[in-house]
Amino acid sequence: MADQKDPVSESNEAWPDRFIQLAENARDPRLKAFYQAGCVAPETPLADAPLVALDFETTGLNPEEHSIVSIGLVPFSIGGIQLGEGRHWVVRPQLPLHQTSITIHGITHTDIDKAPDLNEVLEEILEAMTGRIAVVHYRSIERPFFDVAMKWRLNEGFSFPVIDTMAIEAHLYPNRQPTRWQKLKGMKSVSIRLADSRTRYGLPHYPPHNALIDAIATAELLQAQVHHHFSLDTAVKDLWL
Amino acid sequence: MQAELIDIRNHLAQHAPFDEMAEEMLDKVVSSIEISYFRAGTPILEFGQRNTWLFYVRSGAVEIYRRSGELYSRMSEGEIFGQFGLLIHKTVRFPAKAIEDCLIYRIPDTVFQYLWENDENFADFADTEGRSRLRSAVSRREKSNVLMTSKVTRLISRKPVSAPCTVRLQEAARIMTDQGVSALLLMDEEGDRPKLKGIITDRDLRTRAVTEALPSETPISEIMSDDPITTRARSFIFEAMLTMLHNNIHHLPVMDNDEVRGVIALSDIVKYESQSSLYLVSNIYHQQDIRGLKKISRDVRDSFVRLVNEDANSHMIGSAMAGIGRSFTQRLLELGEEKLGPPPVPYCFMALGSMARDEQLVVTDQDNAMILDDSFNPPEHDAYFLALAKFVSDGLDACGYTYCTGDIMATNEKWRQPLKVWKSYFIDWIDNPKAEALLNSNIFFDLDGIYGRTEFAEELKTLVAERASNSQRFLAMLARNALNRTPPLGFFRTFVMEEDGKQNNTFNLKRRGTAPLSDLIRVHALACGSRAQNSFNRLKAIAETKLIPDDGVGNLRDALEFISIVRIRHQALAIEAGREPDNNVRPEDLSPFERSHLKDAFQVVSNAQKFLKFRYHGQVGRHG
Repeated sequence: MADQKDPVSESNEAWPDRFIQLAENARDPRLKAFYQAGCVAPETPLADAPLVALDFETTGLNPEEHSIVSIGLVPFSIGGIQLGEGRHWVVRPQLPLHQTSITIHGITHTDIDKAPDLNEVLEEILEAMTGRIAVVHYRSIERPFFDVAMKWRLNEGFSFPVIDTMAIEAHLYPNRQPTRWQKLKGMKSVSIRLADSRTRYGLPHYPPHNALIDAIATAELLQAQVHHHFSLDTAVKDLWL
Repeated sequence: MQAELIDIRNHLAQHAPFDEMAEEMLDKVVSSIEISYFRAGTPILEFGQRNTWLFYVRSGAVEIYRRSGELYSRMSEGEIFGQFGLLIHKTVRFPAKAIEDCLIYRIPDTVFQYLWENDENFADFADTEGRSRLRSAVSRREKSNVLMTSKVTRLISRKPVSAPCTVRLQEAARIMTDQGVSALLLMDEEGDRPKLKGIITDRDLRTRAVTEALPSETPISEIMSDDPITTRARSFIFEAMLTMLHNNIHHLPVMDNDEVRGVIALSDIVKYESQSSLYLVSNIYHQQDIRGLKKISRDVRDSFVRLVNEDANSHMIGSAMAGIGRSFTQRLLELGEEKLGPPPVPYCFMALGSMARDEQLVVTDQDNAMILDDSFNPPEHDAYFLALAKFVSDGLDACGYTYCTGDIMATNEKWRQPLKVWKSYFIDWIDNPKAEALLNSNIFFDLDGIYGRTEFAEELKTLVAERASNSQRFLAMLARNALNRTPPLGFFRTFVMEEDGKQNNTFNLKRRGTAPLSDLIRVHALACGSRAQNSFNRLKAIAETKLIPDDGVGNLRDALEFISIVRIRHQALAIEAGREPDNNVRPEDLSPFERSHLKDAFQVVSNAQKFLKFRYHGQVGRHG
């Protein structure tokens, strides 16, 4: 996938220009409005950056085969996460819901049957994301799934910058898999999964697999990462992908 | 609130003051939260800074400081801070720093003010100085016990039955039989209005008239109790109960100024408290030997636990337990005199320490002494009194009142002396105070005559009340000793926090709580010349002299009540669980309610100690 680049070394200042381009090309008025609102300036210090933590629960890991089941998001800044602004939607997947996803996400067939299609809530979601940089844990889910879902429904893709808290952890622990020799000496691999990463920063345990709670958990993780490894003056372009 | 935030709401709902909050209100709180992360070592609030948030520790730990930089408190998961400034000028008064990586939920001032106005429990909890919430914690408990909320007048079922004090024995007995009463009031009818002069009871008729086969024409004034102990119509039932316990009487005239409103009997109160400690007291007097006393001494702990479970206050429990201890002592003295014969010279048996203060609990040793008549001649008389003292002391030990490790018992020759020697002891302690010596003699400044010529003890109380208030050196020395034991700062997770930031696993609630309080109350009481022994009564006396400001007295009362009750409950729980009760408390044994109010109470003690230090500082500096 195109998204598999080293996050932090790659400085990406092209997003504002891309937004202008994308706004011109977009056919769906909702997408067009999203792009037209513009992208956060690349030099913006983290302290001032408007952010939105985003989390999707999906029926699997492959955007071409699997579907989005629920979406959680919460607008925030490094200074504070506004719980009251948090939103959560259950959406009807295009593809059949597997039994395994039911057990993982706790979303039942009944929930799904009553749920709207993503297209019906798209305006609300985009509104919440407008003018903000999306923050996700593991960038190969939200952006590609969103992109495929838009292609499927609107015949055009969807693209936006993300800050990936998992990529930051991966960058901090480049040698997280111990060598055979280190394994013999009892060294364990470092997990960069959301819950494990949070533990390293003293963040509390949250019950997993609820899109809104995971979005909040991701937002908190980024706050912790910034306080530990970056500075409030770090430019957003140094982190976004 | 989004339903998905339920886990965040549940976390709040596990911690005071959110634990008693209505759901809609809690939803409002959750929706208003802003989450912030603070790395270990970074400041969260700085002095003088503007602040418009209440802070809730979701994870990690925070230290709160005084303006001077002194540690004020250490907070962990589920605790709130920052309310100090929100209530006053929105300016930070107590700086805060993250001492571990912290996730903090911030609640905006608008919501804080809304809760403050609309949720009484929240307002009590968040109250800046924690004093009014201590008061409401104390009164909430007291409100639930009927004996403490009902007035004695409620027990009066009929008009008082009385007769002129000039009647004869037979006439008095006839009136009592006709009227079906167990006590008859005897009135002095010389003046414009009849005045209560004495009382005679069934028991008096049996023990004084019948056993001595008095002629029926005996004037009643010869056998009645003169100037009977009474209670005021405004008193609560529990106060009447304390009076009965303290004086071992079963009938109590209720007075409205000079007029008798009625008589309440022990049986009236027993109806309210079926398994009464008063019942145990009367049972003590029916025992014929140490074996019998030892057997019923097993009921003392049950009686204690029952009082605790009935939400009695500490004054009531302390007095009931002291009343029981006093009754054991009195009965042992009666039995001793039966065995050894009548005393060769008059004497007074004196209780010291917690029994004298009416603040006894179940874990207690015996502290007692004897004041002998000044005609006491050791070679001739002392063998008798030593034998009597030993009989009582051994009997008390058998009944669970263990020997005093400091040897403050009448069996010690030093504490078995004639009145004039006792007076010289007190004069020496007061006029030539030495810190070390006073530490050991502290206990003698809580004294109460409980048997025999109790007026000897009253003479000593008078001497102390008059002399102590005039000796600044003595008071200063006593004040310095009262500062030896300090309360902890508070709690942090499962630890007890000390002022220097050290953490311990356990602490002694007597040594670090009630004892420092009764010590400092004693100093003030002696300074204002009070004869009271009980700490609550001493506080009343202090309040009357305005020696310390009114709210200061109220705070001390609340602190003493709360710490005592936690200590009492701790012991009752141990008894119920079949463990030996003690004074050592682990923070994890305390409920969140107890933890937070204990911290407030410790703060009151600490402030009162500072006040005491300030007040006597000069004298301590010069002479100490």
